[in-house]
Amino acid sequence: MAGWLLVWEMAATRRWISPLFFPAPTTILRTLLAYSASGKLVADLAATLGRLLMGLMLGGSMGMLLGLLMGGSPRLRRLVDPLVAAMHPIPKISLLPLVLIIFGLGESSRVVLVAVASFFPTVINTMTGVQQIPPIYYEVAANYQASPLTVFRRIIIPGSLPMILAGWRIALNTALVITIAVELITAREGLGAAIWLAWQTLRTEHFYAALLVIAVLGLGSNGLLHLLSAWLIPWQRQDHST
Amino acid sequence: MSGFSCQRLSKTFFAHNAVVPALESIDFRVEARSFVCIVGPSGCGKSTLLRLIAGLLPPTSGCVCFDREASQDKPRTALVFQEHGLFPWMTVLDNVAFALVGQRQGRREGRRLAQAQLERVGLAGFAHSYPHQLSGGMRQRVGVARALLANPDILLMDEPFGSVDAQTRLVLQEELLNLWREQQKTVVYVTHDIAEAILLGDRVLVMSGRPGRILADIAVPLARPRMLTAVDSPEIKDIKWRIWNMLESEVRANLGTSSAPFS
Ligand SMILES: Nc1ncnc2c1ncn2[C@@H]1O[C@H](COP(=O)(O)OP(=O)(O)O)[C@@H](O)[C@H]1O
Ligand SMILES: [Mg+2]
Repeated sequence: MAGWLLVWEMAATRRWISPLFFPAPTTILRTLLAYSASGKLVADLAATLGRLLMGLMLGGSMGMLLGLLMGGSPRLRRLVDPLVAAMHPIPKISLLPLVLIIFGLGESSRVVLVAVASFFPTVINTMTGVQQIPPIYYEVAANYQASPLTVFRRIIIPGSLPMILAGWRIALNTALVITIAVELITAREGLGAAIWLAWQTLRTEHFYAALLVIAVLGLGSNGLLHLLSAWLIPWQRQDHST
Repeated sequence: MSGFSCQRLSKTFFAHNAVVPALESIDFRVEARSFVCIVGPSGCGKSTLLRLIAGLLPPTSGCVCFDREASQDKPRTALVFQEHGLFPWMTVLDNVAFALVGQRQGRREGRRLAQAQLERVGLAGFAHSYPHQLSGGMRQRVGVARALLANPDILLMDEPFGSVDAQTRLVLQEELLNLWREQQKTVVYVTHDIAEAILLGDRVLVMSGRPGRILADIAVPLARPRMLTAVDSPEIKDIKWRIWNMLESEVRANLGTSSAPFS
């Protein structure tokens, strides 16, 4: 990694490659420091994180709730599943115009679209997670006269938890994509907006600085979720591939 | 008290437009505190029969009638599942304590009793392990420990030591017989192993191939306590042969009438 950076640095400073497209790593680092010193970085990061987390929590928890209900009730599943299956493949960013019409040009539209994108992975994974619980566990529960609440808390939730968390991970990554995409198109602050501004003013080093922050954000949030999973499902041997 | 009888008990499954008659007119009686073994070819409905007795499945016709005075509750049953049914997400301790979720103890008291139970069966050191960290034999023992903690009147066991090596099985059988002697429970024990059935049971019920019927009800003339390694009297050998002959013809009949699995 360090070697590649060194090669890039040399290539850029000696103008083997155009520094307009590929500015030197040191230039990018300097820009990043200035970006951070001006307070703009914190503001953009806060805006992006705010939308990401709000949308993810909103859409993810609604998806999880509906997924649990659909997993538990075949009738509800038959009713709602065709709808989910039909809407799931639609790239959620293409719903932006519709969302803008309904929720206006403000912040709520952005959060709603992130929520919609987070909803589908969690609803599908949660439902599948509940369905794939082997029936014998319900028999064991009946064998010991467990109440419906006990079955829910101690069998349905932990039994589907690995799938639920996998759903949240997909939701997180989809939400990040949608957040940045929405910011590119509609926002004035946020990391996506910073990228768009860098393009419009042709300051590629600003583009790379924002990109770097997004990459760190993606890696960091995935890492956190991985730790959370390991902590929530201690009975599963964690494999180190992701 | 905790005896029961199955009366003209039948079970038919309706699955994917197929009609599967699993059990047909099963009739037998189990006396309180007796140890009854059931053998039969695989797929003949042994697990289904235990589920009917445990009340986990409704019969298609007939009934499982428990002996009781008008004022008494139905005697409690606990089934040790063939697939042992331990929850992978619970520690061994919580799995065993799960036996008490339907009873009045709090969670903490349940855990305390489960810990004591694990100590009794020599698994105290594994209380905080997860099932996947245990050997097959240990998992089976946890399944049995859980059922015993529920303190049922009738203990139903479905090939509980099926996936255990022969030496371990001998130890587990000894343990089970000791427990049975101490706790005076009624036990119905399903196995596909004829020798095991004779070793453990007061009686052996032999089932036919599907749909399962009772072919024979054989008393085992062995005194208790039994030496598990010393059962080769001519009389016992004779019983073994009788059961084997019945099962062999059932198995052959099944192979012959099934729709040519190898063509
Ligand atoms: N829930 C079910 N639905 C449909 N068929 C079943 C079900 N459970 C068992 N069967 C069928 O009933 C028969 C008896 O099964 P089982 O009681 O498990 O046999 P055994 O325990 O003697 O091997 C088998 O043919 C099996 O396929
Ligand atoms: Mg079986």
